Amino acid sequence: MTDEKSGAGTPVPQPEEVQGPRSSDLVSGSGAPRTLEVVEVREGMFGVRGSGDTSGYGGLVQPVAMPGASPRPYGGWFDEVVDVLAEVLAASGVPFDAAVERVVVDPPGAHAELTLHVHRDHLVDVCRALRDDQDLRFELSLGVSGVHFPHDVGRELHAVYHLTSITHGRRLRLEVSVPEADPHVPTTTSVYPTNDWHERETWDFFGIVFDGHPSLARIEMPDDWPGHPQRKDYPLGGIPVEYKGATVPPPDTRRSYS
Amino acid sequence: MSTHTTGAPGAAPHATRPPVGDFEPGIPSFEASGGDWADVAESAVAAAALGEERIVVNMGPQHPSTHGVLRLMLEIDGETVTEARCGIGYLHTGIEKNMEYRTWTQGVTFCTRMDYLAPLFQETAYCLAVEKLLGITDDVPERASVIRVLMMELNRIASHLVCLGTGGNEMGATTVMTVAFTAREEILRIFEAVTGLRMNHAYVRPGGVAQDVPPDLVEQVRKADPLVRRYLGQLGDLMLANPIFKGRLVGVGHLNLAGCMALGVTGPVLRSTGHPYDVRKADPYCGYETYDFDVPTATGADCYDRVVLRLEECYQSLHIVEQCLERLEATAGQPVMVGDRKIAWPAQLAIGSDGQGNSLEHIKEIMGTSMEALIHHFKLVTEGFRVPVGQAWQTVEHPRGELGVHLVSDGGTRPYRAHFRDPSFNNLQAVAAMCEGGQVADVVVAVASLDPVLGGVDR
Repeated sequence: MTDEKSGAGTPVPQPEEVQGPRSSDLVSGSGAPRTLEVVEVREGMFGVRGSGDTSGYGGLVQPVAMPGASPRPYGGWFDEVVDVLAEVLAASGVPFDAAVERVVVDPPGAHAELTLHVHRDHLVDVCRALRDDQDLRFELSLGVSGVHFPHDVGRELHAVYHLTSITHGRRLRLEVSVPEADPHVPTTTSVYPTNDWHERETWDFFGIVFDGHPSLARIEMPDDWPGHPQRKDYPLGGIPVEYKGATVPPPDTRRSYS
Repeated sequence: MSTHTTGAPGAAPHATRPPVGDFEPGIPSFEASGGDWADVAESAVAAAALGEERIVVNMGPQHPSTHGVLRLMLEIDGETVTEARCGIGYLHTGIEKNMEYRTWTQGVTFCTRMDYLAPLFQETAYCLAVEKLLGITDDVPERASVIRVLMMELNRIASHLVCLGTGGNEMGATTVMTVAFTAREEILRIFEAVTGLRMNHAYVRPGGVAQDVPPDLVEQVRKADPLVRRYLGQLGDLMLANPIFKGRLVGVGHLNLAGCMALGVTGPVLRSTGHPYDVRKADPYCGYETYDFDVPTATGADCYDRVVLRLEECYQSLHIVEQCLERLEATAGQPVMVGDRKIAWPAQLAIGSDGQGNSLEHIKEIMGTSMEALIHHFKLVTEGFRVPVGQAWQTVEHPRGELGVHLVSDGGTRPYRAHFRDPSFNNLQAVAAMCEGGQVADVVVAVASLDPVLGGVDR
């Protein structure tokens, strides 16, 4: 872990410098380094931009990486599901490596969760395979959640799907990453009709366009609302509360621990 | 909002008549509009030109039978609903966004306000997800888990009572409402004794609970138990064999198993189709696998069966509560917060002379003997703890279905993203399937059987 780094230019994260949960886990022992997904670069210690950091930590630069691809065996039923999925996809003419970019098992331990990073072109195929095959049978979708990683260049917007197999008592997560400049993901409502409102919510809050959705309209915000509020760069106006001449700034510009 | 010119020729068609009254010319009048309401009105005008009679009724968002601020757009033909659509978002408060600017511990204070009838479920689900990210799931003390289960099951009863009570009230059965709310009061008294509040508790914290239960709690709950049972019995007597009640509910709001699965509907609505899916059994948390309880199901898949199921679930919850009380007695004096001082706020509190919960020993230590402990306490409370990078998903069985929490951490002291899959939000998608083809009066019953709470829907 880096303590301090000079220069405020764009840092090039090195695997050993990346701040992760268990930094030693991020680079696997024997094989090639695991894929790191740098999602954020943290500078300084107090979330202050520009000036005012007198803490001495102003030069601190820490790239933050999400857990990378996991090596086999994944453990438990994870291997079986991934194998069956690869088979089913191959049978329908979709190469597994093209559809699933990365398999992540995290956090380590008894409560690990399986995440499949799916390429958007094959999302619907993967969903259909997961739902329909009798050995997979993830028949219940628990909605779509969005995440915005402004520093994950070219993959800023993530749509996250949580699927449940009531039949087999399993849960897994699908994650689709798209660039902010081209925020298009095919809709999954043809496979999971329940994702209708969830996709509308994700469009509303993150601006991810779900192509083919029956009525992709805003659902929480007013129809004429500008912008997508859950994005990290969405300005928080705040209310200029004045108390004896001092104002309370919006929370994203306040001094805080980063 | 749009400026409205009274009776101007060639103006856009309006679904409502122009306002009447003493309008000074030149003074603009405003009316609420939004969404595609203008389009709906326009198509109604077009249909009228063809000789069709089409009435679009806007039910809500201030209608008392919509559980808050749900807006239903009903297209009706006589008394028959031909199209039903939901409009939501009137109670959106940006809780998920707010949580990104508060520490992990403070997050509890926000998510408790989502579904205000079942606050302890959001708190517990959120804390379980944080604990999963921290890797301390198995370190949470048993007593803390028992208290969580106790509070959740009591909360389930309270929530179901509101559902049954308001559902009855909407059909004109005021007594059902008063009985249900009286019973709920008994539970809220227990909540007040434990957390100090009747709602918005922020009682469950990452790593355990905020403080131990008061010493006489077991006695108090045992005293409330027969009272709640008596009220539940009265509710059953009032509703279950009542011909008027059955006439309004049996066969209404039908949604079969295939419909539930496609629309992701869970909870009592799914179980009314005969599917015994309950997260407490399917993927146990907080030690639910060690409690003895049944998952009631029905096969009618209608509003009446959902009432029966909710009543039955209340009895099952009381059964779990009894087991919790025995375990509380067995674990008296044990900690209610993880041992890791880097995460745990002081949880063994006593009521001080100011009426506030305080840990006198802790104050003595940080103020009197250890400077490092003071620094540590200050940092823990102001900065908070850091949570390892990654994401976690945790679901719990909420009174209305499966509540999911998706947390993403960037290794900082605040959630990078917190998303709640609220069951009410999801289940409202079933309104069209349940109401279309029925009567307008059935819409009220069908929505009541879904039991949406708009605080949770809009978050």
